Amino acid sequence: MEMIQEGAHIARHEARRERAIPLAGEYLTWRIGAGEYGVAIEAVQEIRSYEAPTRVPRAPAGVLGVVNLRGVVVPIVDLRVCLGDAKPEYGERTVVIVLALQERVVGVVVDSVSEVLDLAADAIRPPPELAGGDAQEFVTGIATLQERMLMLVDMQRLLGPVLGTVAEAA
Amino acid sequence: MHSAPGVASGLPGPAAPPAGIDLSGLYQVFFEEAAENLASFEQRLLELDPAAPDDEALHAIFRSAHSVKGGAATFGFAEEAALTHAMETLLDRLRRHEQAVTEPIVDTLLHAGDMLRDMLAARQQGEEPPDGRELLAQFAAHAASDGAASAPAADAGAAQRELELLAGPLQPLSLADDLLELFREVSGVGTLERAEPLPGQPDDSVRLRLRTTATDGELLDLCSFHLARERIRIAPWPGTQAAHGGSAPPGASAIAASPATATSPTTAASRATTTSAARASSSAAASSPATASSPATASSPATASSSAPAASAASPPAPLSRAAAHRAGAGSETLRVSLEKVDQLINLMGELVITQAMLAQRAGRIAPQVREPLEAGLADLERTTRNLQESVMAIRMIPMGEVFQRFPRMLRDLAARLGKQVQLHTEGEATELDKGMIEKITDPLTHLVRNSVDHGFELPQQRVAAGKPAVGTLTLAARHEGGCIVIEVRDDGRGLDRERILTKARASGMALPEAMDDAEVWQLIFAPGFSTADAVTDVSGRGVGMDVVRRNILGLGGSVELQSRQGEGTCVRVRLPLTLAIMDGITVRVDGELYVLPLASVVESLQADPARLQPLPNGQRVVRMREEYLPVVPLARVLECAGEAVSGPPMLVLVQSEGRRVALEVGELVGQQQVVVKNLEANYRRVPGLAGATVMGDGSVALILDVAALVRGTAGAGSSPAAAGR
Repeated sequence: MEMIQEGAHIARHEARRERAIPLAGEYLTWRIGAGEYGVAIEAVQEIRSYEAPTRVPRAPAGVLGVVNLRGVVVPIVDLRVCLGDAKPEYGERTVVIVLALQERVVGVVVDSVSEVLDLAADAIRPPPELAGGDAQEFVTGIATLQERMLMLVDMQRLLGPVLGTVAEAA
Repeated sequence: MHSAPGVASGLPGPAAPPAGIDLSGLYQVFFEEAAENLASFEQRLLELDPAAPDDEALHAIFRSAHSVKGGAATFGFAEEAALTHAMETLLDRLRRHEQAVTEPIVDTLLHAGDMLRDMLAARQQGEEPPDGRELLAQFAAHAASDGAASAPAADAGAAQRELELLAGPLQPLSLADDLLELFREVSGVGTLERAEPLPGQPDDSVRLRLRTTATDGELLDLCSFHLARERIRIAPWPGTQAAHGGSAPPGASAIAASPATATSPTTAASRATTTSAARASSSAAASSPATASSPATASSPATASSSAPAASAASPPAPLSRAAAHRAGAGSETLRVSLEKVDQLINLMGELVITQAMLAQRAGRIAPQVREPLEAGLADLERTTRNLQESVMAIRMIPMGEVFQRFPRMLRDLAARLGKQVQLHTEGEATELDKGMIEKITDPLTHLVRNSVDHGFELPQQRVAAGKPAVGTLTLAARHEGGCIVIEVRDDGRGLDRERILTKARASGMALPEAMDDAEVWQLIFAPGFSTADAVTDVSGRGVGMDVVRRNILGLGGSVELQSRQGEGTCVRVRLPLTLAIMDGITVRVDGELYVLPLASVVESLQADPARLQPLPNGQRVVRMREEYLPVVPLARVLECAGEAVSGPPMLVLVQSEGRRVALEVGELVGQQQVVVKNLEANYRRVPGLAGATVMGDGSVALILDVAALVRGTAGAGSSPAAAGR
């Protein structure tokens, strides 16, 4: 019995260390600064133009506030801040990608949205081990198309620490 | 290496249902109805006075047990069927006055109700049901002991009658067989047999002959198990004397009168059943049998008393409530609706309120002459939206009586266990509260009641020694006040001991200021882990209670206050907003940002003369208001706004919470409006200081401030020790 329990424990531990390699399929791609990123299309609910959200006091850096999305209060996170840009700009092309994640709906601000790409499994590779930086926590794959390098993002890992755990349903 | 533990021996499950029939959906309905029947069963038993048992109550208790038995037998739940059969047999003797009601019998019946609940719960979980044999033995003992039959007038002279029963239309015709079987199974009702059909009798009806001592009302009650009352006509058997139809007509008014006074949720129920009453009495009028109509009105007690107002009160659709489904009993016209559907309706209602507000706001900006043709329509829209909103919110409103009704039993058991004598008094049972709130308020209330019984009430001899009646009184009261509902738990026990509380607080290391008024001392009880109980009973005293109680209430947007006088008693007052979803708010602007304050918490607002604000040594300010000094809360700073401090006379909004007041300093007052409360936690998280968010007329989000948190946050400024506990 002990061996089985130990084995299960180790397996769980390993699973946590491993980040799941993104699967083949359709990805929405967007730009932040010089980088191009992608997220699995299943998580994308809609794309909206940026409107200034209502500030929420004592929010962590990057959480701009909340907006009204057809009656639902949705937090807006500026991904550019999360990726290190302390003074992002808000222009005409600034766009909010509304994501329906497992436990919440959230909007993320990006510089611009590119397109939806269908990525084949052999185009996706695990990310290189970068020295330091949080990026390796949420960038779970790199896709190469001709000259472009897309960093595929696991939104749950990225936003989890920023937004905190969702309170238990009452 | 240990071997794997053996698989548990096969648990007995319900008997296999008849092949080819999927009963799973029906199970759910059975469990729900059984739960309602058992609740009604218990409540009526508790209200029963063994010395003078109310006949109608005994009949109703019998019917509850009978209904559960029917379902249990259908699904092959043998243990439940056996237990309910024993209950039914005993209850039948009781209602026929063949056996006297005694306290031990009531106890056994109450335990049987508990056991049934446990059995059904076990069924639902797929577990083994508890063993009912000991209880069955008790029933056998009661049956054997056969107490002296008391003989109140009603049934004493009941003569045997020969009756003709015409039942129809029967769909399917086999219902006739069910009726025959029913009369065979239920002992003491009489003998029923088929009779020759009359010439011209419809094919889908049946004629039966009955010899019985039961009243018409009782017969219809029984038959209604299989067939709607309107479909049964009772008449004397041709050729026999037309004996008085039992005590049905006077019985009808008696039946109507007693429950109306006995249980107060009837007012809500009778209001709620006005639509069903109107329909019931009209369908009774439509069907020709004259005898069917009077028992029909006798059957649903609330109907008889409310049929007059039902006729006149045409308009507002009566709110359906669980109380109505509960009280009206068999043959009622209520609708079971899933909560999800109701919540969806409420969400859509919220959207409508927002859209209407938006329209109103935009219309305000149109030039008057262009707007004029729209004015009437917009005014109508606003009025109709408000009415619709009230009706929709009312659907989820449930009378407090439903919460209160779980306490008599608990109190009885608890007081008995602790050797105390406590009677329960309730006020305001008809006060209604949103269903979501009711579920969350029940646990805190239960804890408060237990506290009272355990710590508040003295033992009978102590009470007498103190010049009080030996039996203590616990009062549960509910009323509307302002925009809130106030619920009180009052006892006439020993009251809170100020010195003991202070001693305990100091002993646990709290830093207390010199002078504390009583209200502040009582608040110490809410500190986590606080308890002055000498002994930890399994009821209370572990000190985990009061802070959880307060936290739960705060979580509902409410507040809790304590009042007490040593030797005289304690009163715990809980204040709750009427509903979570829509609220009246005062909008303010702080450094260019809009925030909303609940109107119910706002006392007044004023532009203060700067000279009235005094700085304290710690940098905070107080403002002199009439006789007192209130802390000033600079919202711009608390909300970490980026802007500069505003110059000029400060705009203050006085708010109150938990018995204390503070002055919030805002930039400007914007207005007052109804807002739909949206949850911040659904997609973000709980933010201390914020009670939620709302969507304004222009579609933007405004945050709703948590007044209680703001008031508590200033605790350090005054002399209150509440902050020290953190």
